[in-house]
Amino acid sequence: MKIMVAVKRVVDYAVKIRVKPDKTGVVTQNVKMSMNPFCEIALEEALRIREAGLASEVVAVSMGPSQCIDTLRTGLAMGADRGIHVEADDSLYPLYVAKILKKLVEIEKPGLLILGKQAIDDDCNQAGQMVAGLLNWPQGTFASKVVLDKEKQVATVDREVDDGIETISLNLPAVITTDLRLNQPRYATLPNIMKAKKKPIKKFTPEELSVEIKPDLEIVEVTEPPKRKSGVIVSSVDELIDKLKHEANVI
Amino acid sequence: MATRIFLRGAITKRTVLFPPFLRSSISSSRNGSTLVVAEHENGTIKSASLSALLAAASLPDKDSSVSLLLAGSGPSLHEAASHAASSHPSISQVLVADSEAFKNPLAEPWAKLVHLVQQRGDYSHIIAASSSFGKNVMPRLAALLDVSPVTDVTGISDSHTFVRPIYAGNALSTVRYTGASPCILTIRSTSFPVSQKSVDSKSDKASISQVDLSTFNEDLDKSRFVSQTSRDDEGPDLGSARVVVTGGRALKSAEKFKLIEDLAKKLGAAVGATRAAVDAGFVANDLQIGQTGKIVAPELYLAFGVSGAIQHLAGMRDSKVIVAVNNDADAPIFQVADYGLVGDLFEVIPELLKKLPEKN
Repeated sequence: MKIMVAVKRVVDYAVKIRVKPDKTGVVTQNVKMSMNPFCEIALEEALRIREAGLASEVVAVSMGPSQCIDTLRTGLAMGADRGIHVEADDSLYPLYVAKILKKLVEIEKPGLLILGKQAIDDDCNQAGQMVAGLLNWPQGTFASKVVLDKEKQVATVDREVDDGIETISLNLPAVITTDLRLNQPRYATLPNIMKAKKKPIKKFTPEELSVEIKPDLEIVEVTEPPKRKSGVIVSSVDELIDKLKHEANVI
Repeated sequence: MATRIFLRGAITKRTVLFPPFLRSSISSSRNGSTLVVAEHENGTIKSASLSALLAAASLPDKDSSVSLLLAGSGPSLHEAASHAASSHPSISQVLVADSEAFKNPLAEPWAKLVHLVQQRGDYSHIIAASSSFGKNVMPRLAALLDVSPVTDVTGISDSHTFVRPIYAGNALSTVRYTGASPCILTIRSTSFPVSQKSVDSKSDKASISQVDLSTFNEDLDKSRFVSQTSRDDEGPDLGSARVVVTGGRALKSAEKFKLIEDLAKKLGAAVGATRAAVDAGFVANDLQIGQTGKIVAPELYLAFGVSGAIQHLAGMRDSKVIVAVNNDADAPIFQVADYGLVGDLFEVIPELLKKLPEKN
């Protein structure tokens, strides 16, 4: 079985972002970019499944401008066997990501498609569910544990839901999206980073995959959230209780 | 066993309650009508779904009518339908889909169900709460309908323009949906808070009708519900609590985290946690507050031993009053706190427990 993993290049999670003065978006020039943390977890899970002998190959896929190649190289250095880059401009909405993934699934025929549960830039939490819908595959979102039964072709997935953990079982092929606690992604070692340079990355464009990009959303503006007024430092518990009682009126 | 028999009885009775002629009423199509996909529990509508309903009612469209879709099986579904029918003046119709297929919140049958209801009702908007259920089902539904969903909406500017936070809430994006109907939204419930006034029960009940499932043909074998483990809930629900007390890594152990629970009990508050506290095993993951956990906006948020990482702030920055107790005066949490106290939480919490007024 082959596993396909979608990875997204995003502004690094530790960067304090700034909104552009013309309100068209956030500043992404000269800002550290990395693989979306949930995508690292997705890739790690695919690698562990391969290392357990339950999969033969891990293919990493990324969509966007040419710099996504760097993200793919990171994935290859972690251990993915090969990469696919779909060259597109920066603003692919999840619906089109899902449509492109569907085409790639039809070409590569993986038994499992793993994505992160959300990208930390647009915070959408949509692509995995959407591609599952387009493929008519079952979905296991927000996964914190994945157990594959190769014989029965079934994946048992623990999902982090609002009031606890839900366990479901899915027939393969299936789509899984990863939550934070699924695993601890490995670091790429220097020799593996060198080896990754030789691994193949195939290139496509949306046109070659006959996916028409016709966005049905437009960004009107991007603004900063309202600032909180600055607070005060109190010196004792008594003062704190007094303030909460008489100034804030919350207790 | 007894419940099983009761359940059967209720289903038979239900056929009498909802005669077949009512079933055709959902085929009427109207522009500017909204479908709210609601979750229910113990015979009532969940409060997050009521928030989605408030959002639907606030769509600036004069002719809009709101239908509420409930699905599941057993008597509690029909209790919930009855509760829904009189819960808000804007509801014109309650649609009930009664089948074992919807007993558990699996995305595959649910997305198919809403798709079916949309084909018959031709709604201009389909709305659900941004709960783990809504986030799981609505994007799948949107793909079946070939439209882009707008998730985690915090503001509605007009019927097709919405505000949603991006980059862990560090920017607000206003987006306009320009595609075909329906416009699919999930709603951040803390941005549409449900007050007693906003859900004043109305005297005239909305009509309740059954969804005709005869053409429902989802391949139900693809996914199966196995089990669900829930915490024993004692305190108020984290998402809607008036006061939230949160502990971070500095609590050091699950045992010491009890201090947070004691304080929460005293304040009638819900307990929250940071990712560090959850990963360290102090508490269960469903208490995590942040970009990838729960989003809360209580009147009072007390953070103990929480540094205030970007990802945590994303989940609590809209709280009305924020109190931070940390021994590091430079911790970023103090930049958003209304009241900060630099000190050892193992001294501060016991003192608070002693000096806080008894909750009446």
